[in-house]
Amino acid sequence: MEVDREDGRTPNQLRPLACSRNILHRPHGSASWSQGDTKVLAAVYGPKAGTKKNENAEKACFEVIWKPKTGQIGKVEKEYEMILKRTIQSICVLTVNPNTTTSVIIQVVHDDGSLLPCAINAACAALVDAGIPMKHLAVAICCCLADNGYVVLDPNKLEEKKMTALAYLVFPNTTLSVLPEGSSVAEGEPVEHGIITSVTHGVMSVDDYFLCVENGRAATASLSAFFRKNFQQSQRDSSKAG
Amino acid sequence: MGLPDSSQVLSTEMEVDAFRRIFPLRFFERHLSESLRPDARPLGKARDTIVNLGLVSTADGSALAKIGSTTMLAAIRMEVMTPSADSPDEGSIALEFHMPPICSPTVRPGRPADAAPVISKRLSDTILSSGMIDLKELCLVSGKAAWMGYLDIYCLDADGALFDAALLAAVAAFSNLQIPVVALNDNGRIVAITGGKDQDNASIIEKKAVNKEKRKLTLNNIPFSLTCILHKNYILADPTTEEETIMDTLVTVVLDSSDHMVSFYKSGGTVLASSSAIKSCVELARTRAKELKQILGEMDID
Repeated sequence: MEVDREDGRTPNQLRPLACSRNILHRPHGSASWSQGDTKVLAAVYGPKAGTKKNENAEKACFEVIWKPKTGQIGKVEKEYEMILKRTIQSICVLTVNPNTTTSVIIQVVHDDGSLLPCAINAACAALVDAGIPMKHLAVAICCCLADNGYVVLDPNKLEEKKMTALAYLVFPNTTLSVLPEGSSVAEGEPVEHGIITSVTHGVMSVDDYFLCVENGRAATASLSAFFRKNFQQSQRDSSKAG
Repeated sequence: MGLPDSSQVLSTEMEVDAFRRIFPLRFFERHLSESLRPDARPLGKARDTIVNLGLVSTADGSALAKIGSTTMLAAIRMEVMTPSADSPDEGSIALEFHMPPICSPTVRPGRPADAAPVISKRLSDTILSSGMIDLKELCLVSGKAAWMGYLDIYCLDADGALFDAALLAAVAAFSNLQIPVVALNDNGRIVAITGGKDQDNASIIEKKAVNKEKRKLTLNNIPFSLTCILHKNYILADPTTEEETIMDTLVTVVLDSSDHMVSFYKSGGTVLASSSAIKSCVELARTRAKELKQILGEMDID
């Protein structure tokens, strides 16, 4: 009844996570994020003065540059750039630095499935490293729907190909800060249950989609905890060094 | 932006048009609180939709779709190609979405619009993953020849919900598609049979027509999409460009004719989609799919 995964993971088990920040010298913030063999490097430059054309100068503007492992960028990368840009815009506080542009550069080191979620997590860590004002973090996960109706999390490339449908989901992380009463609950649901970004491939029933959302949401809690632990760790390290 | 108080004072004596320009969000929220939109639509209603088939005589299939003033022209051209080694008995479809400067003031000549490749990718993902077209039907001779469908969609007027209109135009163009008749000649090459010339008729009979008559593709599980705006607790179906620029959370739901979800697309935006909002969007998409099915159904009778 259970799905057998080639690497022996349980359906809800993620691959080992690794995140290191401040790894590049020149950018204002940088991070590498890996999930199993998928590894992405993110660098943030900015905020730089001025916005691009057709952008609202009253708000901070973001540009995302996606560098694939090899070759030129195509439509897929263009789509990823757009999704990433809009996701970053929704989690950052845009009114603190109006009329500025922040560049986020994503370099794919190795793609072994769940590339877009991996890049979103890396970008998030790099933005934190650069000290860009943010409302909350975005935690991304890839959910797959197997033939027998089971949901499998964080698939590798081989599994991604075999699945009937897959969904990239991005949720906000749980905030620990003090918020005015009522603002952390929207329509009877905690805020961290709302979806920031959702991209799906393949046909599934509506109920299956909700199943994906539910399982993805549960997994983001552990991802979010990993983020927090990692940030606290490096904060401690830097304060020791200082 | 002015303080809330100042806008209150101003609004009493300002003309509606000026108010709309200076406080666009407030203008829209005043409408939304009355469950109405500036163009007199209720929140969940899509704009009037028109589909016309077969407008491009040089193409093998074409359609013009209009949702409100958003206009899309889709045309398909079929060409014979050698199928790839991994799938010898399948044809393929190449989709391109164009946004020429004519469609919107934000598109500058010479520089392609940012949105065009993204919509292009989403469209081909949706059409191919929905299983609307059986690529095996496009096969002529296994491993030797198959159809390549070049589908080009031109945006003539961009007034919001581009993806919905483009998908509708693409689907309509496929329903209009007439696959040309071809035959296999002595050299093992595929040649088109052009009816009309008498002296050719004899040779045509000698040649084995690979596809006997002009064939139509069978379309199963047609995808229908609806874009909604989430703003506070309101859900606005089928937004115009003005609405899209003021309220930035867009959700696109694509359902197929057997009520399965082909795509649920939301990229960022200030509003988070809660489960109840997702459910309402899916519900709206369901009614819209029925509407669109009816519109396409009327086309087929003609």
